[in-house]
Amino acid sequence: MHAPGSALPEILVAGVGLTPIGEHWEKSLRSIALEAMTAAVEDAGGLRPQALFVGNMLAPALSAQTHLGALLADFAGWRGIEAATYEAAGASGGIALRQAVLALASGEMDRVMVVGVEKLTDRIGSSVEAALAAAADADFEAVQGLTPAAQAGLLMRRYIHEHHVPEHGFAGFSLTAHANAVGNPRALYRRAIRLEDYASAPMLSDPLNLFDAAPVADGAAAILLTRGDRHRPAGERTPIRILASAVATGPLALHDQPDPLGFEAARISAGRAMAQAGLAAHDIDLFELHDVFSIYAALALESAGFAERGQGWRLAAEGEISRTGRIPISTLGGSKARGDAGGATGVYQAAEVVLQLQGRAGEAQVPEAQVGMGQCLGGAGATVATHILTRADRL
Amino acid sequence: MREVAVLGAGQTPVGEHWDRTLVSLAGEAALEALRDAGLDRPDVLIVSNMLSGVGPGSQLNLGAQIADWCGLKGVEAFKIEAACGSGGAAFRAGVHAVGSGLVDLTLVVGVEKMTQTPSTVTTAGLATAADADTEAAHGPSFIALNALIMRRYQHEYGWKHEDFGAFSVNAHANGALNPYARLQQPITHEDYREARMVCEPINLLDSSPIGDGAAAVILVPAERLVPGGGRPRVVVAGSGAATDSLAVHDRRDLLWLAAAERSARQAFAQAGVGPDEIDFFELHDAFSIMAALSLEACGFTERGQGPRLGLEGAILPSGRLPIATQGGLKARGHPVGATGVYQIVEVARQLWGAAGDNQLPEPRVGMAQNIGGSGATILTHILRIS
Amino acid sequence: MEVSRHWRLRQQRYALVGEVCPHCDVKIFPPRDICPDCGREARTEYQFSGRGEVYSYTTVHDAPAGHEAYAPYTVAVIRLEEGPMVTAQLTDLGDQPIGIGTPVEMTTRKIGEDGERGMLVYAYKFRPVLRPA
Repeated sequence: MHAPGSALPEILVAGVGLTPIGEHWEKSLRSIALEAMTAAVEDAGGLRPQALFVGNMLAPALSAQTHLGALLADFAGWRGIEAATYEAAGASGGIALRQAVLALASGEMDRVMVVGVEKLTDRIGSSVEAALAAAADADFEAVQGLTPAAQAGLLMRRYIHEHHVPEHGFAGFSLTAHANAVGNPRALYRRAIRLEDYASAPMLSDPLNLFDAAPVADGAAAILLTRGDRHRPAGERTPIRILASAVATGPLALHDQPDPLGFEAARISAGRAMAQAGLAAHDIDLFELHDVFSIYAALALESAGFAERGQGWRLAAEGEISRTGRIPISTLGGSKARGDAGGATGVYQAAEVVLQLQGRAGEAQVPEAQVGMGQCLGGAGATVATHILTRADRL
Repeated sequence: MREVAVLGAGQTPVGEHWDRTLVSLAGEAALEALRDAGLDRPDVLIVSNMLSGVGPGSQLNLGAQIADWCGLKGVEAFKIEAACGSGGAAFRAGVHAVGSGLVDLTLVVGVEKMTQTPSTVTTAGLATAADADTEAAHGPSFIALNALIMRRYQHEYGWKHEDFGAFSVNAHANGALNPYARLQQPITHEDYREARMVCEPINLLDSSPIGDGAAAVILVPAERLVPGGGRPRVVVAGSGAATDSLAVHDRRDLLWLAAAERSARQAFAQAGVGPDEIDFFELHDAFSIMAALSLEACGFTERGQGPRLGLEGAILPSGRLPIATQGGLKARGHPVGATGVYQIVEVARQLWGAAGDNQLPEPRVGMAQNIGGSGATILTHILRIS
Repeated sequence: MEVSRHWRLRQQRYALVGEVCPHCDVKIFPPRDICPDCGREARTEYQFSGRGEVYSYTTVHDAPAGHEAYAPYTVAVIRLEEGPMVTAQLTDLGDQPIGIGTPVEMTTRKIGEDGERGMLVYAYKFRPVLRPA
């Protein structure tokens, strides 16, 4: 293993906060976000941010609310600080994190708060489905009745056809995620499942079944970041550094992608991130990928270089993605069992990597984790944001 | 932070583009900016837009969609939103990206398509910039919130309604000379006085028209540009951002744009200038009351005296502080999420000497201010020739 | 239909229940957990009297979706006697002239409909305080 360099100046995590994901009927969008931000501030020893970066995708459609930046800054008692919302469908949280990194790197600020928040339960019924489908191409996909599950189902079918995956070949992703969530008190689902549960699950969008798909619900996660040269986190915990941050895009519609199974935007994003960090796949100790559908987990592993093309499913089938396997994923349950909070997911992933690297993951702890990667997807991999974090004492 | 320069710009006319998709409008402005800058491809594409995520028929992931349309395979792209302040926020994000040294070429494109929905739906869309629970739920439209402010302002400072007319007359006179402007008819003071009430005390000519449109700018490290020959080098001298309560009723002082004051001060401090050194100001004249309040909060005149600058002719192209030089929101139009980028394009064109019939005589320092909602997010930028 | 949201807001909308900051005694409406004045935690419930005065007002003719059936209607910013301001519709105006400074009191009325099935939404409105004849 070679000494990693990084193009980024030293950007440290001062604190994290995560709310449980679930149907929080009794809480408003702003109070859920505040819960996570307050927890992050406390975790950081009371540090007050100078700017707020919000990752969210559905508030305009489901809560009739744009302008979340100013709303949440004011609600948190930080009236006056700069604030804005960043959106790239399911990758919104990763985009907000990326922008915070660039803003800190510019030197124009020292301490910033990133918060990913999503509230689905202000509405019920078909308007929620319609809002979630808006990550696809509205004019050419969604209008045909294509849902996110249908997009994934199309990809899964093609993958199975090309790579001769046996029946239930993807089950390992679901089984692992659920097993990992048993150790996460904030997870939406905390019960392990068996192969029989997976095999008998109803079809969602053939061949994708219910257990191939993550539940989407309310939640918020927050991370307070600082410039290491101007503010060192207090306390005894090992500081965590953001080593790399990279975003890439591709066509929205599956039918417009030259090679849909190549997961090109994810390949580019992960590749750029690893190049920035001076690392290779074998240096990564855990990968919080975006398992909103099991097929995406397989494609994310392949495109990031953890498996050859068409072999990502085997990592799950052969137990390599468990906490003690070669490349642990969804270590606290992932989107599949911890829950997917839409645009907030990217921040959950990064916060969970922080918890793992600092040894704070409790029963879900990945042993001796030094370097972690988080990756979130907007649409069927049309926007991909990848971050690599490391224990600062590793360098 | 290393200095950032504006290298190229592009824009579409503001109008009712019923035959164009949002993505094609954005693509037109983006590709024109790239051509103007002599570039093929940016490192980052930042899209500003307010309404695309509001249902029904919403579209997320605009960054990727527009990047794809422009043939920018794999490029980093995303959308930023701060209601009608999205454009200014996007420009600032671009300045930070290039200023950080981690990114070299940034393309910022603001786009909005809003004229083909029924007016009740558009009005509801604009109301999402307010506090959904404590403001919008009670029915005030965006115009109504500004009307509440204008009425109180008149009550406290004694201005008659006709005293606000100069803002509109000036904007329309300038818009008439701008081929990109939505409204190209000059108006008279009499037109202003006789215009119908829309939401008392705001009349039709106090209010900026919505529209469809896209504007784009290219940002590069200033050190890449060698001044001399061709266009003057335009750099970002100052950038400020601040927020305030969403709800008008939660403001500490309803008649003071605290976020405008705060963000303007940041920009002035970075640029090392004060209000007296600003040659022209592309302010956010969504409503005439906002123009008055902006001038006051930025220190161009005293509190409560905004209309006086209009009455004295200071805001005319020949005045000491020209505003809305290419029509402003009032006549160029207000395609909400794109407006902040239109303002930057207009400032750059003035400084480059490329403002056509709207050209001011050799301006050197221009200011742009973009407001989200009724003053809850405010971005201020100062550009100058270097 | 935003069922849960309306349910969550009912205490504020029907009864004008807000908070008082235990640190600086500022009255807060609507409840928000962090005092906007001193920045510290504020969760103590406080019942407002419902009395206030018109800070400003206007009449909406071009109503947003969901409110069009009720246009034109008058919307105001009201300064509650305890300090905070709220945005609300005015009602029961009758023949009385409304102006800045008019004393008003809270009442509960329908403010709109939500969704195609027309779930009725009720909240506070303000009416002029009746003067004895």
